[in-house]
Amino acid sequence: MAEPRKARIATTSLAGCFGCHMAILDIDERLIELMKLVEIDRSPLTDIKRFTQRCDIGIIEGGCCNEENVHVLRDFRRNCDVLIAIGQCAIMGGLPVMRNAIMHSDAPLRECLEEAYITGRYIRNTTHDIPNDPALPLLLDEVYPCSEVVEIDYQIPGCAPTGDVIYETLTSLLAGKFHGFDRMHIKFD
Amino acid sequence: MSTAAQSGDPAGPTVSVPSIPEEQIVAICETYANDRHRMLDILREVQDRFRWISPKVMETVARQTGLSRIEVEGVASFYSFLSQTPKGRVTIRLCDDIVDRFAGLAEVAGIFEQELGIGMGETSGDGAFSLEYTPCIGLCDQAPAAMVNDVVVTSLTPERARQWAQALKAGTPPEEIVSERFSELTPHARATEQVENNIRHAGAVLLGPVPDSAGLKKALDMAPAQIIDTIEASGLRGCGGAGFTTGRKWRFAASEPAEKRYVLCNADEGEPGTFKDRVLLTERPHLLVEGMTIAARAVGAREGIIYLRGEYVYLRELIEEVLADRRARGLLGANILGIDGFDFDLRVQMGAGAYICGEEGALISSCEGLPGEPKTRPPFPVNRGYLGFPTVVNNVETFCHAARILDRGAQWFFDMGEEGSHGTKLFSVSGDCLNPGIYELPYGLEVRELLEMVGGEDAAAVQVGGPSGTMIARDSFHRRLTFDDLATGGAVIVFSGERNVLEIVEYYMSFFVHESCGYCTPCRVGNVFLQKAIGKFRKGLANPEDIDYLKDLSGTIIETSRCGLGMTSPNPILTTLENFPLVYSAMVKPSKDRIRATFDIQSAIEGARKLAKRRSYIYDRDFSK
Repeated sequence: MAEPRKARIATTSLAGCFGCHMAILDIDERLIELMKLVEIDRSPLTDIKRFTQRCDIGIIEGGCCNEENVHVLRDFRRNCDVLIAIGQCAIMGGLPVMRNAIMHSDAPLRECLEEAYITGRYIRNTTHDIPNDPALPLLLDEVYPCSEVVEIDYQIPGCAPTGDVIYETLTSLLAGKFHGFDRMHIKFD
Repeated sequence: MSTAAQSGDPAGPTVSVPSIPEEQIVAICETYANDRHRMLDILREVQDRFRWISPKVMETVARQTGLSRIEVEGVASFYSFLSQTPKGRVTIRLCDDIVDRFAGLAEVAGIFEQELGIGMGETSGDGAFSLEYTPCIGLCDQAPAAMVNDVVVTSLTPERARQWAQALKAGTPPEEIVSERFSELTPHARATEQVENNIRHAGAVLLGPVPDSAGLKKALDMAPAQIIDTIEASGLRGCGGAGFTTGRKWRFAASEPAEKRYVLCNADEGEPGTFKDRVLLTERPHLLVEGMTIAARAVGAREGIIYLRGEYVYLRELIEEVLADRRARGLLGANILGIDGFDFDLRVQMGAGAYICGEEGALISSCEGLPGEPKTRPPFPVNRGYLGFPTVVNNVETFCHAARILDRGAQWFFDMGEEGSHGTKLFSVSGDCLNPGIYELPYGLEVRELLEMVGGEDAAAVQVGGPSGTMIARDSFHRRLTFDDLATGGAVIVFSGERNVLEIVEYYMSFFVHESCGYCTPCRVGNVFLQKAIGKFRKGLANPEDIDYLKDLSGTIIETSRCGLGMTSPNPILTTLENFPLVYSAMVKPSKDRIRATFDIQSAIEGARKLAKRRSYIYDRDFSK
């Protein structure tokens, strides 16, 4: 009898810090159990850059701060049955969303870049230039949580979520019996 | 008010500010016996005289009243009529209600800005004028309206606005613009010179002929318990909106063992679209005080307070005159009508522009000289209210009804209206109708019948009970104005088919955002989120799930707020979702292939394109150009 098909998972980090991917690895030795159930397609963990085939689950870390983030996120939406936003940046915008707080300015994006590269108190930038290589993706006017760009099916909260909650969520989703989080897993105080 | 160019306060900003001699602040505090419970009066007087409450003033007031400066600042910063920056000698507050907006507020505001050379929210450099918006000032039947210092101006047209602005610029005191003989007029004539009563239909109880003190005289022949029995038997329920049975409230306060009890009148009608108490205070002030005196007799109170909203300051001297007159005639004060030991007197407490003070706990806080924050219940005010003593707080209309019930008997009142909603009710009707104004009608009328009466048959939507009430559509005009169907504190706002329902909802949410006292986070923050979400609907940027989001968040705010403001603030959204579902669904943009149609990548990168002076490698096909 043929073994049941393994679920295919893809992951990506958009405007995040890779902390959530570290948290995925924090599953520790249970990774071995998990790998019996899944195979990983496009992901920084496999270094596969493009979808090789349609995936069951896409895991998104980080929100959208530039056009490439949007492009990748839409690509994930097209190629994955279920999208999971993982961590506060993907869910709410997280730390990068602080730049949305530059309000009451005619040019908030320019103000943000100037402070980051030229006028900021702790900046040592001898060229006094704002990086503008053609290979750099254009920034968005604001940082957007993933759910404003595509429909998101599940969110795993935390900064970063613990390995436990990631493992529990993935295995119960794969078993078709995910019924929300154990309160202890999402209690942060 | 005299002009003094030099600034007496080191912290004073650049506009010319009169100096604030410390001894005058001390004198003001002493007028109120340095009583911290009179903080609002002290600060109001400072504001009136010196146009702002400077940090130095706060220190002086704190020292005099034995409080810390931060406690004084807590009060000074809570009320919108108290200012911590210098205001102009003439402050013009334009009423920014939705009814005023629909009646041409923007044009009127433009005229004032142009004539006075300042924008909304600004004070002119010479300290002559301040111009600002304020929420509903209770003049929706003659919108657009404005307050100019302590006088009110109604039915503003661009021409009238220009006349007023020019006269003010010429140095004419606002009172003299109202009438050249203003100082010779009686307080009542002064009020009616400024504001039309617009009584369109007088009913049997309040606005028909009312004999002087008849109810009080009968009450004095009765035992206090009999008075309460009569009120309870009449079926009278509170007219401010919540509809609690008046007799029971009085009974609770009377049966609570205490050395003192208080009777407070809530004349802080701030619910946008409500202006019935304005008319009662103008035309039936004696009846109100009579009703309060009867309540005092019933519960055993010796002191009372009329809490008059800051916007109705133009009615203050009228009420003070009534009080003085009644004292002179032995109807107020010691041994009322010769009855030994029946003492009752009351004072007017001015509010200072805070909607929340219409909530009874907040009203009591405000009378105690605190920021107008609601109190945690229980204990209820009837058990521990003003200064910790049992307190009856009733609406103006409720007290007036009570006086009439004592005169004519419980059965007379009970027979009017219908089961559960007895007697008559004042409806203040405004908006898109031919005859806005006051209608005294028995409970139980259908909305349709009222609309015929007011000349609003073309209505597409009617807001019953103000923003915290219910917005209904044509298919619900058969519903009835009773406590059990469409309850209202009196406001009925009519909107024609030309009005944008979502614009109205967004305005009402902005009102609640402004008026939330900030104590409960779900109300302080949640209403902002609701307002933003409605903004998304109006721009066509809402996703289908946003409808569920509105419902979820509304439920949270209602469930987790401690006072009526948060418990009703989502009503504009909830009732329109229920009664105007198509308005929402028409604005929703469904996703395509589960990718949000509401996110527009082209506009999101437009700014960066210009900054980087290049096109997008991903989203511009001809990016090399």
